[in-house]
Amino acid sequence: MNDTICAISTSLGVGAISIVRLSGKDAIKIVKKIYKGTDLDKVDSHTINYGHIYDKNELIDEVLVSVMKSPKTYTTEDIVEINSHGGINTTNKILELLLENGCRLAEPGEFTKRAFLNGRIDLVEAESVNDLINAKTDAARKLALNNMGGNLTKKIEGIRNKIVELMANIEVNIDYPEYEDILVIKERDLIPKLKEIKSELQDILTLSKNGKLIKEGINVAIVGKPNVGKSSLLNKFLDEDKAIVTDIAGTTRDIVEGSISLNGFQINFIDTAGIRETKDVVEKIGVEKSLETIKNADIVILVLNNNAKVSDYEKDLMESIHPYKRIIYVNKSDLPTKISLDNYYILGNTIDDEGINKLKKEIIKKLELDTIITKDMSYMSNIRQIDLLKKAIKSIVNALNNLDAGMPIDIVEIDITNSFNFLGEIIGDVYHDKLVDTIFANFCVGK
Amino acid sequence: MYDVIVVGGGHAGCEGANIAAKMGFKTLLLTMNKNNIADMPCNPSIGGTSKGIIVREIDALGGLMGIVADLSHFQIKMLNNSKGPAVRSLRAQADKIVYPKKMLEFLNKNKNLTIKEGLVEDLIIEDNKVKGVILSNKEKILSKTVILTTGTYLKANILRGSENVESGPHGEGRSNHLSDNLKKYGLEIIRLKTGTPPRIKYDSIDFSKMHEELGSDTFLTFSHDIKPQYKINEQQKCYLLYTNDLTHKIIQNNLKKSAMYGGFVTGVGPRYCPSIEDKVVRFSDKERHQLFLEPESIYYDEWYLQGFSTSMPKDVQEKMVHSLVGLENAVITKYAYAIEYDAINPLQIKPSLENKIITNLYTAGQINGTSGYEEAACQGLMAGINAALKLQNKEPFILKRNEAYTGVLIDDLVTKGVTDPYRMLTSRAEFRLLLRHDNADIRLREYGYKLGIITEAQMNKLREKLDNINKLLSDVKNTKLKITKEVASVFEDNDFDIPTKSLSFEELLKRTNITFNFLNHFINLDYSDEVKEQVEIELKYQGYIKKAKKEAEKLQKIEEKQIPDDIDYQKIKNIASEARQKLDLVRPKTMAQASRISGVNPSDMAILAVYLKKEYGKND
Repeated sequence: MNDTICAISTSLGVGAISIVRLSGKDAIKIVKKIYKGTDLDKVDSHTINYGHIYDKNELIDEVLVSVMKSPKTYTTEDIVEINSHGGINTTNKILELLLENGCRLAEPGEFTKRAFLNGRIDLVEAESVNDLINAKTDAARKLALNNMGGNLTKKIEGIRNKIVELMANIEVNIDYPEYEDILVIKERDLIPKLKEIKSELQDILTLSKNGKLIKEGINVAIVGKPNVGKSSLLNKFLDEDKAIVTDIAGTTRDIVEGSISLNGFQINFIDTAGIRETKDVVEKIGVEKSLETIKNADIVILVLNNNAKVSDYEKDLMESIHPYKRIIYVNKSDLPTKISLDNYYILGNTIDDEGINKLKKEIIKKLELDTIITKDMSYMSNIRQIDLLKKAIKSIVNALNNLDAGMPIDIVEIDITNSFNFLGEIIGDVYHDKLVDTIFANFCVGK
Repeated sequence: MYDVIVVGGGHAGCEGANIAAKMGFKTLLLTMNKNNIADMPCNPSIGGTSKGIIVREIDALGGLMGIVADLSHFQIKMLNNSKGPAVRSLRAQADKIVYPKKMLEFLNKNKNLTIKEGLVEDLIIEDNKVKGVILSNKEKILSKTVILTTGTYLKANILRGSENVESGPHGEGRSNHLSDNLKKYGLEIIRLKTGTPPRIKYDSIDFSKMHEELGSDTFLTFSHDIKPQYKINEQQKCYLLYTNDLTHKIIQNNLKKSAMYGGFVTGVGPRYCPSIEDKVVRFSDKERHQLFLEPESIYYDEWYLQGFSTSMPKDVQEKMVHSLVGLENAVITKYAYAIEYDAINPLQIKPSLENKIITNLYTAGQINGTSGYEEAACQGLMAGINAALKLQNKEPFILKRNEAYTGVLIDDLVTKGVTDPYRMLTSRAEFRLLLRHDNADIRLREYGYKLGIITEAQMNKLREKLDNINKLLSDVKNTKLKITKEVASVFEDNDFDIPTKSLSFEELLKRTNITFNFLNHFINLDYSDEVKEQVEIELKYQGYIKKAKKEAEKLQKIEEKQIPDDIDYQKIKNIASEARQKLDLVRPKTMAQASRISGVNPSDMAILAVYLKKEYGKND
């Protein structure tokens, strides 16, 4: 971490200005080698300075240089940002010059990594910054911002405080067994408290799934018999809204046909059972392939034909989709009705937009997207956090089971402690002294 | 010229002197008063939660505290029996006359050990190396190593209200210059405080208004080597009583008169052991506080009023005591007092208990910032062993956190330092499921044997026990219980679920409620109780024990990541300044120790790891 890193901080090619950022102890020294203007060594911290970038004697660009001196900076190191006129060639040239003069090209996320390693931000915040950078929709951005503010940390800390109080009570009973005037925590006291903690953790987990929706988007599959109009429905979705051009590799293992933004959420149309394929191939695709698609989707739109009876194949499909994520869309409302269906369905056609608008509303309703936005946004949104949260819940469940099996309190406490530690890992905290402090803050014991 | 001089004859000093002499070194124990060897100036008990396990560890390593307590107590009990195997711990009410007498008998039997009266006021130091001690009469005594176990005697002051007397416990003399001299040699001196409750005359107590506290109805010992020496129904009783409204009112009204609240105390008192005025102030919503009356000895008639430690003036103490039900007419034989004393900052000592600044100087017990007889004794033992190892040019003996409470205690001291006198608690041991009362010998005797402080006979006894444990483990694995009508009815009688198919005894013992006692209905397994106990614990808590062992192994890997002694923390650029200061002060030996320092955050650890890798090419 003794070297100075640099990278282009704005996206290349678009916008009138692009920024090259440096962080490290030699940031100012290196920029000075290629810059003519105000003496950067002498300027105050957090100032913007006018000057020019030169490659030896050749003028490269007219620039504004922001100087932010350690420690009150994002990484806590010296940071310099060069604002140049946009354009790939100029920006790349500046970057090259910096590299020639002793900078190292930053790895992805390295500025944030330094901020974390230098104690500027905690782990959850670091992860949130990463999320923010990758956020594609408004909701995802809000979620990331919220976590950066430490909302999730506060929530987890609240639950951990409850756990540590239980632990302290158990410990004080163990360390001062003859003090009958201290509340001796018994099975019957412990069970409701553990259940309460469990349900609070489960709430966060449920919300976290929403967090995942916000961050990774909602996967929608369109399934149905060949020729029923799946392809035209997809095109209608994509045509109407400006499709998000994105590389979401790693967020889903399904092939994404295209994405739109709906109510601030990213909707990914995932591999919809080969609707782009030729007719011959489509006919070979059986229920099995559809089932796979259905499993991986958050919402499944089953397309039926208004002008035909429901086939056995379609009945099978319908039953294989759980109602909570199933939307039935009956296409071809412009043709005479031959279908008869007891379930709720949305009627539409490829001519007007009535059907597709209803479909969008139905998606919002099914996933309660309108409520997610308004609730507080302390969701966990990455796999590491969700995994630890699940482990914390499992530990509480173990403790409850052990109580039920009549295990001694000392053994029961092991799982309670584990839960406390897993939650601590989420927010990157160490714990041990906290327990001893709580014991003496809350209980009256001694010789 | 001695090999080892031990300064102070308290619990740390006795163990240190005894073990160094046992390891073959010519040892001198210096005490201010031979009659005060192994004195118990405060509570009349040995052991207690987690402390009882420390006594077992001392015994497993050839120390004396366990066996002396077994020979001198008039009541013993197992605490936390129902709360789980890891937290069970013994406590004995030791006779304050008999305990020191028996201890002295053991010490006198040790032919390498000399006991002499004398007050040490200075050390002989050359090139930061200790060469001996200087007594108050200017006598110089040379030795290769020195162990300081000065207890509360360094510049001790006794406080009662505004009364402040320069005195050691019970009016004993104090050491006036030793701590100043230590300061001169570069040691940081801290000021600590502790206290003791009043003693009450036996025949002035009305026990009829109090609740009896009895000893155990089974035979128990601290020591692994002797049979119980007492008769169960001849154990002495203790008594439980409570404070009341009146007591609290007296305390509230006189608060400013107490040494603590009147601002007369400069030392920091122990959090876990608050005075009664502290309890009343801090927990003002509590209607009453629990107190115990415990006999100090069967040879005199003073009783110890546990829970009533105070620094109030004598007249207020009279009122306070007389407000208690059953003590309306009590005669106070000794008034409670607070005592302040000098100690050294334990961050200046190594895990071997050797001083970082002065070589060959060791410290143990209250001078290191701890409190309690047991905490002192285990440090004394370790200091004695390590002084001897140093003289043998061997590596120090350092117990790990997953091996012994003793290891936890010393690691806490030298890594975290102290703000108030340190008392051991079960909650300080993250591997307490491994650090049990029942397995102290299995954990530590092998070490003792290799150090030459555990005899071949003692070791053979352990080997036989281990063999039997393995035999019994395979016996229960290979024996199946067929579920006949008779068998089913036994389960039914005990309100246990009847197994649906025949099960091995091993499978049965894994059930929470099934014990060897119950299995006696079906099979006669001829093994000792302690062997059965081991097997039962091992089977019942197998999953958790395995997990703890795995965690310990994980920790071991970080423990093995050494930090070079010559590391310059000033050179690590991005580390937080608080972490840098702490690291520089503690100078941890391993990454694991570094991670336990308070104020060193995970991000500091990451930076340290990166730095080590870059500078020293290790720490993967």
